[in-house]
Amino acid sequence: MLSQDSTAQIDKELAKYPADQRRAAVMSALRIVQAEQGWLSKEAIADVANYLGIPEIAALEVATFYNMYELEPVGKYKLTVCTNISCLLRDSQEIVEHLESCLGVHCGETTADGKFTLREGECMGACGGAPLLHINNTDMHEFLTPEKIDALLAGLK
Amino acid sequence: MLQIEIDGKAVEVEHGSTIIEAADKLGIPIPRFCYHKKLSVAANCRMCLVQVEKFAKPLPACATPVSDGMKIFTRSEAAVDAQKSVMEFLLINHPLDCPICDQGGECELQDIAVGYGASKTRYTEEKRVVLNKNIGPLVATDMTRCIQCTRCVRFLKEVGGMMELGLINRGEHAEITAYVDKSVDSELSGNIIDLCPVGALTSKPFRYTARPWELARRPTISAHDALGSQLEMHVKNNRVLRTIPREKESINECWISDRDRFAYEGLNSDERLTVPMIRRGDQWVETDWQSALEFASSRIKDAVAREGGNALGVLVSPNSTMEEGFLAKKIARELGCGNVDHRLRRSDFRLDGHFQGTPWMGCNIPDVQDMDRVLIIGSNLRNEHPLLTHRLRQAVRLNAAEISVVNALEDDPLMRVAFKNTCSPDDTINFLLQLLKAMSGLQRLSLCLPPTLNGLLEDVVVSNNAQAMAESLAGHGKDYDLVNPRSAVFLGNMAQQHPRYSEMYSLAEAISALCGATFGVLSEAANRVGLDLARVLPSSGALNARTMLEQPRSAYLLVNVEPEVDCHNAQLVNQALAAAGCVVAMTAYKSSALREADVLLPVTPYTESSGTFMSMEGRVQSFTAVAKPLGEARPGWKVLRVLGNLLGLSGFEYDSSEQVKNEIFGGEKPSRVVWNRLNNNLRELTEVNAKVRTESLQRVGEVPLYESDAIVRRAPSLQKMAAKKPVVAAMNAKLLAQLGLQDGELVKVSQGNGSVRLAAKCDDRVADYCVRVPICAQTAALGDLYGEIQVERAA
Repeated sequence: MLSQDSTAQIDKELAKYPADQRRAAVMSALRIVQAEQGWLSKEAIADVANYLGIPEIAALEVATFYNMYELEPVGKYKLTVCTNISCLLRDSQEIVEHLESCLGVHCGETTADGKFTLREGECMGACGGAPLLHINNTDMHEFLTPEKIDALLAGLK
Repeated sequence: MLQIEIDGKAVEVEHGSTIIEAADKLGIPIPRFCYHKKLSVAANCRMCLVQVEKFAKPLPACATPVSDGMKIFTRSEAAVDAQKSVMEFLLINHPLDCPICDQGGECELQDIAVGYGASKTRYTEEKRVVLNKNIGPLVATDMTRCIQCTRCVRFLKEVGGMMELGLINRGEHAEITAYVDKSVDSELSGNIIDLCPVGALTSKPFRYTARPWELARRPTISAHDALGSQLEMHVKNNRVLRTIPREKESINECWISDRDRFAYEGLNSDERLTVPMIRRGDQWVETDWQSALEFASSRIKDAVAREGGNALGVLVSPNSTMEEGFLAKKIARELGCGNVDHRLRRSDFRLDGHFQGTPWMGCNIPDVQDMDRVLIIGSNLRNEHPLLTHRLRQAVRLNAAEISVVNALEDDPLMRVAFKNTCSPDDTINFLLQLLKAMSGLQRLSLCLPPTLNGLLEDVVVSNNAQAMAESLAGHGKDYDLVNPRSAVFLGNMAQQHPRYSEMYSLAEAISALCGATFGVLSEAANRVGLDLARVLPSSGALNARTMLEQPRSAYLLVNVEPEVDCHNAQLVNQALAAAGCVVAMTAYKSSALREADVLLPVTPYTESSGTFMSMEGRVQSFTAVAKPLGEARPGWKVLRVLGNLLGLSGFEYDSSEQVKNEIFGGEKPSRVVWNRLNNNLRELTEVNAKVRTESLQRVGEVPLYESDAIVRRAPSLQKMAAKKPVVAAMNAKLLAQLGLQDGELVKVSQGNGSVRLAAKCDDRVADYCVRVPICAQTAALGDLYGEIQVERAA
């Protein structure tokens, strides 16, 4: 079931679109539910679909298309490091290796304590700040160095 | 109009058409997978790329609108290059399993690969594999073969009305699936088998039984609903192995319902009766035709000699051909018997003698799609008329038509319903009166109503809902074409089967007359209109389908009838047949419902006989047999002819069903006769009783989708679909609480002197004071489809 808080937020999104086009809010609705539950279970996707009055499969299509929707449980902090060309030229590989050694996991994996998930990401459209990563899809950190990473991880513990 | 040129051929096309439409018009082949003329354009397979002058890159023909002076090349070097590349790309992940693929021989991918692809592959990497899905008993899947054209997804969304399949993930991981472990439950789902250009979706019942080139393809007509869909049956070794649609834009377009597609399985059922049988005591004894027919005729003769023609009752299934019905009637008339009827599931015959003609749909099938306001009374649309519902859905989707529904069940028709009133069938009369009053107020036409009706309307209080519905139907405040209104009022099967049908009919006729709407009856069975036109009806003063059971006859002739599941009141028909001295049953199946028969004459289903059906729009369609009769079974019209001869009646010297048909139409062109005879108007309005309001529980005895006729009841795959919805006594939460019952609890449901045990089910789609108990073998101990019913906790 969706929490009252979620449905209130989804209602706010729905208000942006014509009343007979509730489907338009599916991306926001999935984002809101993911922010609350951490990831999107099949039940959560079905709940979103039912709340919006769209077929469940239509919500699943959206949820599986975009890679920032998590379809499996992830750690409390999901660190997504950009490894595209601009960041790569600014040594993002070093950042990835440093994170891997700090956390003891490879990209795509979650630490045993369930705290961190490390991800490789595609261009985040902020190449001026390369190399960069973001935490839980929302909190972006730029001009990364191994030292900055250490400080960042310390702050997250 | 725009002038364009394709491969050097000039053609004039309409503004807004696409290149592929123009090419199809010219007959220039452009390969395609995702494009389908009846579905929205996806442009995702890229197979239809063509070269267009002044464009640097090839363009998808399906998604490119033409512009004036456009020069298009479909076989130029650039176009061929593009086609080859796309083909190579599509084949990268497609398995090379054609030898074990059911689509082999009729595969669009195979054909187009031969025509447009390269002769060998350059791809050496691993191919992807997609986990297979189970989407139900009708459609087999092999998703590794899928090329993601998304025709199935778009079909179910746009035509089926509910998006049951989708394309999840993306890129190389994209796959078609239903939500998690759901199945596809659309009543039109079989069409995705035809649509699939590869072997990803194939027919489960047909799977591995034959190759397309082994099959003889024979045209026929659907015998399961009144649409008259044109079918093609594929036959091997005298067995129908599958059914596909024939394209007929004005009837079924290129679709058919699952019922039409998979009912053929019932033709090959083990229950087929292949030899005549006579009952000796409790034993059924196989016999030959001569003795069976002599037995039957002598028993009928005896009864008639003893008590006169009135001793006989003739019941004809409304799915029988016109020829069968006509000959059965002719036998009865020659014997001096007027008791003939085909309206087996009806219970209200008060309108007999009041009709000006044969009631029909009132318009043509494609007209439904163009309607902008429609009122439907007493119809569970998707069960009763699966494909006509699709036409209505298109009216809503494309014309923004306003649909109003008055019914006892609120089943989702998978389209937007503008106004609805869910009430018990009795209350339907009250509601229609409100609607009529609102309508007459709107149109200021009350003076035109007969005084009796005006008097009746005086006490009626119009509810807001009725007012809104009336305003919608009248097109109040809207910019509709009032000279040639595109609105309709239709009566569905549930209305026709209700004991107060005549009142519903009169009111619906009055309402439609006031708002200028087309008025029509959506017929119950394949040939109801045809049998009405052939006057397979009681003669004046004779007994109808109900009274000939209420006043039991000594002899009955049953033509294609399974009494307890085909008639309005199972108890009544079982009693009447049990009491009769002689029951002659012409049947294609051995059936426990025919336990009271004295002789079973094996007649063929319509696929092994020639005959004629008339659809609800009045289209007369004759067909020939697609297979030879099984065993000793013989076409019904031949059996009736010989029976006529043995009874010593004159005028039974037919050599072909054509001759019978000619006699029915008096030697005239059928279309002429039809247009003279179809007429929904009543000579006068019948008595309407507005005050009746029963407080007792009412049964809503719908006929489930896959219980409609004997063939469908014996089609295993359709029955597997039906089994997903177990037979229950459904009622709304209020009634459940009032009766002190729990959801799922076992209850005793009784009518008259019979009862059955069913699970109670909470279903808020059922109107107040109504219990939804369908008619099927399990509930055959009950009585009227619509009438009082008792529900109590099972002891």
